[in-house]
Amino acid sequence: MQLNPRQRYRLLRKLARHRSFRIGFFIVAILVLAAVLAPLIAQYDPIAMRIRFRFRPPQAAFPFGTDQFGRDVFSRVVYGTRLSLWIGLATALASGVFGAFLGVLSAQYRRFDALLMRVMDALMAVPAILLAIGLTAALGPHTSSVIIALSVAYIPRTARIVRGSALVTRELEFIEAARVAGASGLRIMLKHLLPNAMGPLLVQSTFVFAYAILAEAALSFLGVGPSPPTPSWGNIISEGRDHSVQAWWIMLFPGIAISLATLGMNLLGDGLRDVLDPRLKVET
Amino acid sequence: MNNLAAPIAGVRDLVKIFPVKSDSGGAPLQLHAVNQVGFDISAGETLGLVGESGSGKSTIGRLLVGLIPPTRGHVELFGEAITGKDGARHLSNVRRRLQFVFQDPYGSLNPRMRVDDCIAEPLDIAGSVSRKERADRIIELLEIVGLPRSCGDRYPHEFSGGQRQRIGIARALALRPEFIVCDEPVSALDVSMQAQIVNLLLDLQEKFGLSYLFIAHDLAVVRSIARRVAVMYAGSIVEQGPRGDIYRAPKHPYTQALLDAVPRPDPERQRKPTLGGEIPSILNPLPGCAFAMRCPLATDRCRNERPMPREVGSAHLVACHLA
Repeated sequence: MQLNPRQRYRLLRKLARHRSFRIGFFIVAILVLAAVLAPLIAQYDPIAMRIRFRFRPPQAAFPFGTDQFGRDVFSRVVYGTRLSLWIGLATALASGVFGAFLGVLSAQYRRFDALLMRVMDALMAVPAILLAIGLTAALGPHTSSVIIALSVAYIPRTARIVRGSALVTRELEFIEAARVAGASGLRIMLKHLLPNAMGPLLVQSTFVFAYAILAEAALSFLGVGPSPPTPSWGNIISEGRDHSVQAWWIMLFPGIAISLATLGMNLLGDGLRDVLDPRLKVET
Repeated sequence: MNNLAAPIAGVRDLVKIFPVKSDSGGAPLQLHAVNQVGFDISAGETLGLVGESGSGKSTIGRLLVGLIPPTRGHVELFGEAITGKDGARHLSNVRRRLQFVFQDPYGSLNPRMRVDDCIAEPLDIAGSVSRKERADRIIELLEIVGLPRSCGDRYPHEFSGGQRQRIGIARALALRPEFIVCDEPVSALDVSMQAQIVNLLLDLQEKFGLSYLFIAHDLAVVRSIARRVAVMYAGSIVEQGPRGDIYRAPKHPYTQALLDAVPRPDPERQRKPTLGGEIPSILNPLPGCAFAMRCPLATDRCRNERPMPREVGSAHLVACHLA
């Protein structure tokens, strides 16, 4: 967002005072650190099997226990953070960019709008997770196909939000001022409609981030996520499912990680929404 | 018109009808926002356009700069017809020479754009200015409208209504236009600020030889800036003429009622009864004079036959059967 230093300072101070933003930021910061420093934090190779150590309950050497192949669950969860955050980030970015583009386009060109929004309605009629299952099944079990599928599933929501915001903006007089000066449709979209939709877009993107993490876990659990033995949180849970009675720890810890990540992103998004909305609030 | 100089803006038989969905879901109703309007504005002149809200004054302003297309009629700017067949091309020929100042000082500046970018927007759109020229021009414009040059790197929300209106005027001046439509530029400001902005507009007119279409609902404001005044009622211009004639010897009953409604600080003066009723619906209007149903003098002719503007004095036109 384009902000001058004073506005930025004021915004940051407000965010720093917002309790749920602080908690969310703390959780997400820890996860990001875990992802970045994974090789230092995890004592073991997340993929290497050591059959001798299978089904060890949580203990000093294996804080989260081990799974049926003797792999350290802690190391796998820590490495899984990388994948989950990457999928969340990439999905949030891709659906944010395309959603913003389509949203602004349909606000600017009303004829295009009728067509596009019907397509979006059709996509939204299918539950996002079902759509993602279908798409990943078609694209194959890779990380990239999960990202593409989830992005497609979340674009309609983002497009709707940006469109709504741009429809409000385009009725304001500065749009007419630009048109009197001869501004092209492209200029109005990029310079006027898009910057004024950044607040809601940012908030929506944090929620997409959280949904994507959750959806990745669901896809992996159903067997259409990144293929095993890739350590993703969903994969770990999926592989632990058959042994949940004798080794509850295999499913519990990645489950906690998913809950934490989703909770953290949601709290972060709530805080951003409270501080950024109403979007055009005049601060004097 | 007695004016021999070619007008900067000429409007003939201008009609704008907005289709409105009817409540009962039948055929769309026609909202006659502007009904057969004609006027000229010559170089260096200010035409004041007054009327109640909803009388169509802002619609005329927007029609005049091509923001919305007319339903019928002709608009000519600098000798080029911006309506009709080659309207769009002609409009782009004259675009640099006309500008618009808006009513709402809060809505007319993009809150996400820095003041210097707001001001330079017409330059950026027109293209062909170097970075240096652009920066110099911004400083020059800020000085012209009486703002400190340090304003450029701040954002609109840091300014008061009057300062924002100055920013809007600076933007309008960026390309050195000759004609500016001012759509109620002071009605959102408090009185002391109104005077400052009006004086600024007068100074700019003198300095740059600008012509204005000055739209307002406040007769006092229009009197202080416009040499010629047109009075609108329900989409039509009921009377137009030199300022002196309109204010001293109004001929149209509506203009008379409007001027009578202005409070005067004279306790001895007997006030005439104020106008009853409301502005009529301009959805599918009746034949005859739009003012007939409120006019104390209305006759059967007024109710059935639409009065056309007639010259009653030098450049003084009145659309009334009785004047």
